[in-house]
Amino acid sequence: MAVTFTLNGKSTTVDVDPQMPLLWVLRDTLNLTGTKFGCGMALCGACTVHINGEATRSCITPISSVSGKKITTIEGLADDASHPVQKAWIEEDVPQCGYCQSGQIMSAVALLAKKPNPTDADIDDAMSGNICRCGTYQRIRKAIHRAATLQTTT
Amino acid sequence: MVNALSFDRRDFLKSGAATGVALLVGFRLPAGTRTDDAKAQEKPVINPLNAWVRITPDNHVTLILGKSEMGQGVMTALPMILAEELSLDWKDVRIEQAATDPKIYELGTGGSGSVAGSWLPLRQAGAAAREMLITAAAARWNVDPDTCVAKDGGVVHGARKDFLTYGELVGEASKLPVPDVKTVQLKNSNNFTVVGKDTLRVEAKNKIDGAAKFGIDSRVPGMQFAVVARCPVFGGKLKSFDATKAKSVGGVRDVIKIEPVDKGAFTAGGVVVLADNSWAAIEGRKALKIDWDEGHAKNESTDTLRKQFLENAAKPGKIVRNDGDADAALAGAAKKIEATYEFPFAPHATMEPMNCTVHIRPDGAEAWVPTQAPQWAQDIIAGVSGLPKESVVVHTTLMGGGFGRRYQGDFVMEAAQVAKATGKPVMVLWTREDDMQHDFYRPASYHKLHGAVAKDGTVACWKHFQTSTSIDAMWGDKGEAEAEKSEFATAAFIPYQTPNFRVEYALAKSAVPRAWWRSVEHSSSGFVVESFIDELAAAADADPYEFRLKIIGEDRTIPDFTNPKEGKPLNTARLKGVLKLVAEKSAWGSPLPKGVGRGIASYYSFETYTACVAEVSLENRIVKVHRIVYAVDCGRPINPAGVRAQVESAAIYGLSAALHDAITIKDGRVEQANFNDYDMPRMAETPKTEVYVVQSTEEPTGIGEPGLPVVTPAVCNAVYALTRKRIRRLPIQPEDLA
Repeated sequence: MAVTFTLNGKSTTVDVDPQMPLLWVLRDTLNLTGTKFGCGMALCGACTVHINGEATRSCITPISSVSGKKITTIEGLADDASHPVQKAWIEEDVPQCGYCQSGQIMSAVALLAKKPNPTDADIDDAMSGNICRCGTYQRIRKAIHRAATLQTTT
Repeated sequence: MVNALSFDRRDFLKSGAATGVALLVGFRLPAGTRTDDAKAQEKPVINPLNAWVRITPDNHVTLILGKSEMGQGVMTALPMILAEELSLDWKDVRIEQAATDPKIYELGTGGSGSVAGSWLPLRQAGAAAREMLITAAAARWNVDPDTCVAKDGGVVHGARKDFLTYGELVGEASKLPVPDVKTVQLKNSNNFTVVGKDTLRVEAKNKIDGAAKFGIDSRVPGMQFAVVARCPVFGGKLKSFDATKAKSVGGVRDVIKIEPVDKGAFTAGGVVVLADNSWAAIEGRKALKIDWDEGHAKNESTDTLRKQFLENAAKPGKIVRNDGDADAALAGAAKKIEATYEFPFAPHATMEPMNCTVHIRPDGAEAWVPTQAPQWAQDIIAGVSGLPKESVVVHTTLMGGGFGRRYQGDFVMEAAQVAKATGKPVMVLWTREDDMQHDFYRPASYHKLHGAVAKDGTVACWKHFQTSTSIDAMWGDKGEAEAEKSEFATAAFIPYQTPNFRVEYALAKSAVPRAWWRSVEHSSSGFVVESFIDELAAAADADPYEFRLKIIGEDRTIPDFTNPKEGKPLNTARLKGVLKLVAEKSAWGSPLPKGVGRGIASYYSFETYTACVAEVSLENRIVKVHRIVYAVDCGRPINPAGVRAQVESAAIYGLSAALHDAITIKDGRVEQANFNDYDMPRMAETPKTEVYVVQSTEEPTGIGEPGLPVVTPAVCNAVYALTRKRIRRLPIQPEDLA
């Protein structure tokens, strides 16, 4: 089935099984491998992308459901990693293995879009779906606060 | 195609990455690829201007990374050492992963040994390269090399005010004889400008914009994606299968079977579904009909294992260590205590599930492997393909976590088998369920401790019996006969003085695969020792911090009982040093808010000294950790920022096994499958963690793992301080706090 959607600002059409999750379309059909496979059950958040601005687990999102929608992946977040969240991630030296960080960043960006100055409780809520096995949570929290500052000052 | 690969992690750890022969010591290669050991150990002269530093005439400098980056920061820390000796400007260097060339590199990455093992060899390589570049400059200027110095990525001659970049010199320099690395002049550490400075992770940018390529991101033209159906019961085998329905799933290209491989790779074999994409392969596997021969282990369970533990604990064990007369001391002691501690199997649960991409052609093979053991991967693929090792190119990719799991060869073996069968490039992908249920787990164990406090408040005796599903029973050269070797480590040479010290062991048999989980046996030994010393402190009515200092006693070194030949002794002055530092930084003894308890632990592992203080409270019988303070002494910290990050990470990894789930066995299989039934700490549970790094000038030691063993005893000792309840089994159960 042909499905057309906007991917990182470009109109994109794929012809795949309508039940195929967006995650695998991104990774295996379109070779956009920045979005990660972690659990396949929306339990870990590694596959988080934005669909019409909402942080969404792409591993359980059938491709047929994104027809006509706007999808942003980690690759489409900004040119040259210039998004305030990405800058904050570097400045706080957040990533370790880095595998979960695409999903963490996409969740954080969606949070900051809704709450430009999130409290720690807001961060706990918004980020609770993202697992980091390296345990970088403390730095993620700091980086989100830093990104909030960067967003308001730039 | 059974390859008798056997590998003892200790051989690698203790023979040291530095020697470059470690893997050859540990491995017995399959017939046909066996290298002549003596010949292999004769190290050829390595030109550092090719092996470790590559400089182009237009002065681009590339430093070679001879270890695997799995999040622990070697991609930053190791090149820092080279950059230091070469006086390079850090911001100008590029970093490249080493090729799998065993003649030059010892690529195995584990045992918190990368920095410790590479420190001297990389300094020597960098210094040798610098000397060659200086010699080339001196020849160009016709001056004495002693009048030239390396600076800012070039050579300068003060009197002549001349400067030549390395790029201008490399052509001549690389043709010069290589200086003897043993006598080459190393840089004076007083002049260090790179080593010891907080340095941001070099590959961070790629990890925040989606550009980083992990193993799972490998893409090769014409590749297929495959998943393997493995017998859910450990040791079970394939009886028969029907692939009719699987083959009708859209995108599925083929269904084949692969054979199990015994010792070494330890693969289960199974049915492989090959498809155009990962999802089709996963869907195809769901449609397989398989009849398994579940084998001998189908009745094993966590309950049967516990029964075995209790039976073993009712009998005397094999004596591992016996100083004085523990039983007599116990019989005559005024205050004696007994405690049992229990640990379940623990999974690695790397965020990136296992995967491996291999292409075997008639004339050569290429593989993209997220591995801690690239040379083993090369050996496996050579063995399966029948190709000479030199024709097998292994690209070591970034890894979404390793923690010991990626030291295994199982995921490489399967991919090699499938690639050999199909002749096409193929990625064998593990789903989360595959990864959770076919891991090599941290052993399950049961410990019985007896101790006594003498009238003068010293420890009159310490008796430690352990029964476990040993790692060495599975991996060691002598197997079950020396099963205890892998199970005690520092628990067999505790820093706490007692005249009567006895250690006993009994093996518990299990079909569940075991291996090296972050901090290995220290994860249980650290908990047992640091919980029991706390229990003794309580029995002595002493402050747990003061009691530790007192019982550790005078400054001295304690030989590594577990590995007397190569293990470094425990230095009690350094251990007390981190205890004092953590007490100061955590304000030990100061008043706490109501409902908050404070606990302490200290430990020696991977030649590193750690101490930890935790502050906890209880909410509905759930432990909430608010604050963790660490002091660590890992010798000279190469990248202190990286050291702190690793300790923060180890704390969360340890808390995962303490506060969350266990791997349990029923009907011979793992009951947990995904993050719903094996959950781990998330943002809201993360304590405020502070890490204080001792500014030591001792030789650098490990830091990827040593943060782990202290965190759980510190937390549980804090729970005791708050509730007077001892946590003696992990993970912590609400009923144990009732």
